[in-house]
Amino acid sequence: MEAIYAVPFVGPVLEFLGYLVGIFATTSTPAITLSLAAPIALGALCGVMNERSGIVNIGIEGMMLTSAFVGFIVGIWAQQTFGVSAPSPIFGATPALLIGVVAAVLAGMAVSALHAWLSITVRADQIISGTVINITALGLTGYLNRLLKPTESAGSFQPFVPPQALVDLPIVGWLFRMFLQVGPISMSVVVLAIVLQVLLFRSRWGLRTRAVGEQPEAADTVGIDVIALRYRNVIIGGIFAGLAGAWLTLDFGSSFQNGMTAGRGFIALAALIFGRWTPLGAFAGALLFGLSDAIGIAIRSNPPTGAVGDFLIGIQQAAPSLYNNVFGALPYLLTLIILAGVVGRSIAPAAVGKPYVKEGSS
Amino acid sequence: MRRLLSTWAAIAAVPVLSIVLALGVGAILILVSSLATGGGKLDPGLPITAYAALISGAFGSEKGIVSTLVAATPLVFTGLAVGVGFKAGLFNIGGAGQVLVGGFAAALVGAAVGGQPAPVAVAIALLAGAVAGAAYGFIPGVLKAFTGAHEVVSTIMLNSLASFAIVGLVNDIFKIEGPTFARTADVGNALLPVFIGRNGHIGILLALAVVPIVYFLLWRTTLGFEIRTVGANPSAARYAGMSPRRLIVITMSLCGLFAGLGGSMEILSLGYYPAVFGTAIGFAGITVALLGRAHPVGILLGAILLGAMRAGAPSMQIEAKVPVELIDVIQGLILLFLAAEVMIRRSLRVRAKGATPEEIHTVSRSYGGGTV
Amino acid sequence: MAASFRTPRDGADPGVDRGLHERTTMTAPAPGPLRLEMLGITKRYPGVVANDAIDLDVRPGEIHALLGENGAGKSTLMNILYGLATPDDGEIRLDGEAVRIDGPSDAIRRGIGMVHQHFKLVPVLSVAENILLGEETMANAVFLDRDEARRQIKDLGHRFGFEIDPDIRIENLSVGWQQRVEILKALYRKANLLVLDEPTAVLTPQETKEIFAVLRRLRDEGTSIIFISHKLYEVLEIADRITVIRRGKVVGSRVPRETDEDDLAELMVGRNVQLIVDRGESHPDGVVFSITDLHALDDRGHEAVRGVSVDVRGGEILGIAGVAGNGQEELVESLAGLRRPSSGTVHLGGQDVTGRGPRALQAAGMSFVPGDRQRFGLVLSFPIEDNLVLTQYDEPPYARWILRDDEAVRSWAERAIKDYDIRTPSASAAASSLSGGNQQKAVVAREFSRDLTVLLLDQPTRGLDVGSIEFIHRQVIAKRDAGAAIVLVSAELDEVMELSDRIAVMYRGEFVALVDAPTAERDQIGLLMATGRRDATLAAAAATTMASPDEIAASGGGAGAG
Repeated sequence: MEAIYAVPFVGPVLEFLGYLVGIFATTSTPAITLSLAAPIALGALCGVMNERSGIVNIGIEGMMLTSAFVGFIVGIWAQQTFGVSAPSPIFGATPALLIGVVAAVLAGMAVSALHAWLSITVRADQIISGTVINITALGLTGYLNRLLKPTESAGSFQPFVPPQALVDLPIVGWLFRMFLQVGPISMSVVVLAIVLQVLLFRSRWGLRTRAVGEQPEAADTVGIDVIALRYRNVIIGGIFAGLAGAWLTLDFGSSFQNGMTAGRGFIALAALIFGRWTPLGAFAGALLFGLSDAIGIAIRSNPPTGAVGDFLIGIQQAAPSLYNNVFGALPYLLTLIILAGVVGRSIAPAAVGKPYVKEGSS
Repeated sequence: MRRLLSTWAAIAAVPVLSIVLALGVGAILILVSSLATGGGKLDPGLPITAYAALISGAFGSEKGIVSTLVAATPLVFTGLAVGVGFKAGLFNIGGAGQVLVGGFAAALVGAAVGGQPAPVAVAIALLAGAVAGAAYGFIPGVLKAFTGAHEVVSTIMLNSLASFAIVGLVNDIFKIEGPTFARTADVGNALLPVFIGRNGHIGILLALAVVPIVYFLLWRTTLGFEIRTVGANPSAARYAGMSPRRLIVITMSLCGLFAGLGGSMEILSLGYYPAVFGTAIGFAGITVALLGRAHPVGILLGAILLGAMRAGAPSMQIEAKVPVELIDVIQGLILLFLAAEVMIRRSLRVRAKGATPEEIHTVSRSYGGGTV
Repeated sequence: MAASFRTPRDGADPGVDRGLHERTTMTAPAPGPLRLEMLGITKRYPGVVANDAIDLDVRPGEIHALLGENGAGKSTLMNILYGLATPDDGEIRLDGEAVRIDGPSDAIRRGIGMVHQHFKLVPVLSVAENILLGEETMANAVFLDRDEARRQIKDLGHRFGFEIDPDIRIENLSVGWQQRVEILKALYRKANLLVLDEPTAVLTPQETKEIFAVLRRLRDEGTSIIFISHKLYEVLEIADRITVIRRGKVVGSRVPRETDEDDLAELMVGRNVQLIVDRGESHPDGVVFSITDLHALDDRGHEAVRGVSVDVRGGEILGIAGVAGNGQEELVESLAGLRRPSSGTVHLGGQDVTGRGPRALQAAGMSFVPGDRQRFGLVLSFPIEDNLVLTQYDEPPYARWILRDDEAVRSWAERAIKDYDIRTPSASAAASSLSGGNQQKAVVAREFSRDLTVLLLDQPTRGLDVGSIEFIHRQVIAKRDAGAAIVLVSAELDEVMELSDRIAVMYRGEFVALVDAPTAERDQIGLLMATGRRDATLAAAAATTMASPDEIAASGGGAGAG
């Protein structure tokens, strides 16, 4: 044992690993991981719905941003209209919050419908369509936010507090204590990813969706309405983007800032690619991002002791802004690494990005 | 001559119509906003007041015209940074990051050579910005060519990385004492010389010069032929002995070079690099390129239009109380209508013959992954 | 195509007018209603009448061949039948009842099954998933019943005499088996009118025989079959009746016993056709192109070319025959510099050119006509003139230093358009405005008009009309007689047999035979293509069972499904 410590760096590395285990066992880092992974996972599920049916969706970012804003504003409006009510014991839900979530989801579906129309009916380049959505969403929410200057807030959902009976259960209790003290939207992600996975690979809808994303001509000739299925899937995908938006302003946070999605819609695409276009894989990819974020937060709020800690604190004092920004940049760097490292070896649904033109029509 | 004119009319029809439609929707938004600013009363005259203020702010005086040109200058460069990419089938959304990196390099090098005579200092600082921007475009080019990482996602990630890194560097390392906000040292003689009005700097002339240069590059040189071939049909390019990988890297670097120059113009006319430096001109390049149909002349016209909106927006805010952010909305709406081109053509029976730039309908092709 | 008009056995005198038979061939109508009647079907597209008042009727339990050149209007007619296109005029009757077919699902519901030339299969899905798609067997309202599905597929296979694994992915099946999946797909939907569009285009002669046996069995059980083809001898072999269409019109009907290939050829093309290329003697000289133990990998990293060696002499044509997916594509790409060989050497005119790129090979004297002209050979959105210099754009006189010389490009383009009879209003028109034949002529003009010692031809006449085929074949022979070493790869065995001086048969990445063309037997070559062996009994055994994993690797996956 002593000999290992004599090798340079081994001591500090082991110490740091011990620290990581420590923050996982003793702090809320696992729950924060799931929470921070949620919007990325939801964005990636939106991507699954789109790309499995053969539509590229670069506009997830704009869909999330629009939903975040609409959910936020409608939540405030609902609170003003129906009055402030006492939060329910479950997730601290109020009518205003629930109305806000519904509005966010509808907004996500509406923007998705626009993307579907541009990509499927107009047959615009799908990446251009997505980019247009991103730029328009950023401009429009910024303008309206400036105009409405919301000063209030509809509050936010609260993390789940498991009842004592649940906490006392052996494994289940531990799971809830460690991972599931999160808001309702974050918690729903786990269920949604599993359900979508099963539906995609076991249901009639899933079989048809996969066929349409791979070889739409084949689906068309056996009487599947390619256009309708693509429309339906892209719009349903908007539900996930809407939930991700609601997460930003009604679950994890309770305010709106311009451009607050901060690239999560694009990181979601990296998670999607990482997960090879499967819902559970994409969820795993999102957890990876959540993890990198959560560790960054833990290190900054609760720095390790010992050599690594001294080193980090030294940097923090010398260059506080850079120190912070390095952690802030981690998810983006991780995205680049995943894109560069995984893309070449994973294959997207074959028809992705190609508008479908029926045979015999032009 | 008449045929030429009708071709030009067919090419310009959709962009012009998109602008008109976007301004129309913008007018509705202004009307709605009059509810918020006018205490619940609808002011039907407000859109006209606002647009009149916008136009007179942009073109109504020598000062206005000069600010329009100054605002258009970086947009010509960022527009080319997107448009030249389109020619090779690439969608460079990394203009924003390349602007930051180019501008930052120009600021640091400019400050270092600020004691030299002005022509030397300006040239060196611009060169530094161009090289830094090209290097930052080189990265996604290499990633795309050799790993298949699609440039749309990778350049957006690089935008964020550049922003995080440069803000940190300015705050912690290159900040000078004195000013109340974090900024780098003055660039001294590397400040772009003004030749017209209060702030009409020589960047305007460079922007006018770069348009024919790019046109010549694309249509009169073998490199331009290669770039256009790779964009139109990468398999045929490979068959013809061109190297798509090499061309992707070259084109992305070229895009970065233009964006870097655009950022340098902004910084070298300001005189220093502020920690908070917007990425708006990078993204506006996308609108400019699509409006200009990826053609250098079109890009020049698109840049002047958006430059005018930016130059006129403050008057609009002062005289009509319409937030300057409306410009961002209109920009997005223009894009939206451009994307719906087929529908616009169909509903207005505008013929598309010879006017559809095929390259902007091909950027999704490489999305599915795999290397070239 | 010209090369496929006749079997080598056939010796009938071409050029005899058989038009007299036209009225005498109509036999008495079968009792009961006709399965299908298409009456006066007309379909116009801008600038062209694809179908001009076409009449077609099909009886129950009959194989009815629809014969016509590429572009004659066969596909349009079938798209109308399948609801993929709406006729401008005319009536369709099924079992005597006038119907309007709204789309593929309507066609399927009415008992019409279609096997498209380019298979409509999803490569990454299994056989069962492909067959059931759209008509799924459900365990409940949401989920599939996959066990029941497997059982049904197996039963269906048994009924028609083939053993099929429902769980194997389409991309791992040979082309012949993919076609059977397509037929099963139609039968699963209870089709009683089956349309097969050029079903033998991708099959070996042996596979063709097998599929013919299946079709006869179906017919005997009462299924009506429309068999679309441009191969005369096949039509004569399988059809009960033949309808010939040309330029959108029905030009005649025949029954096989009252007609022959020359008669059909003349009906189909509209003029006296020279069925065999007049290629004369070859006078080969020294070896100029030498391939030694060449190996190459496919895109998935499997070895697709496994030790190919051959010497090609100046003034001869080496034809490479083989079922698609046996490594021909990778071999051609390796020779053309588009794919780096994993080992082995290539010498061109005494110079080692192994692993060189396209430009270096061109400089060494190679010209290459790629198999997919729209993907590789041309940039469709570019003007014809730019396409005519696509492989010389940076060489004098078309460019000096880095500057293009538009004058030089234009004057060469105008000459090429004249010399190669490329039908276009102007050299500055986009290549996409040309017909397929003229597009290929443009590629040929560019590649043939260079100083060349080796000419690599990949599917040079695929999908072309007879006139263009004749033109290109004459150009190839002329290049051979001028001393070029020519390598010809074609999926059309007939074309290989017609043009080649020597024939190599490629099977699983190897040359399993190299024979002199005059002594080659069509059936022997077919057998080699299918099995790699000359022994018929072994071959038959290999051909009727499912593809083994080895064959899967060799077939390179899903050639026809793309």
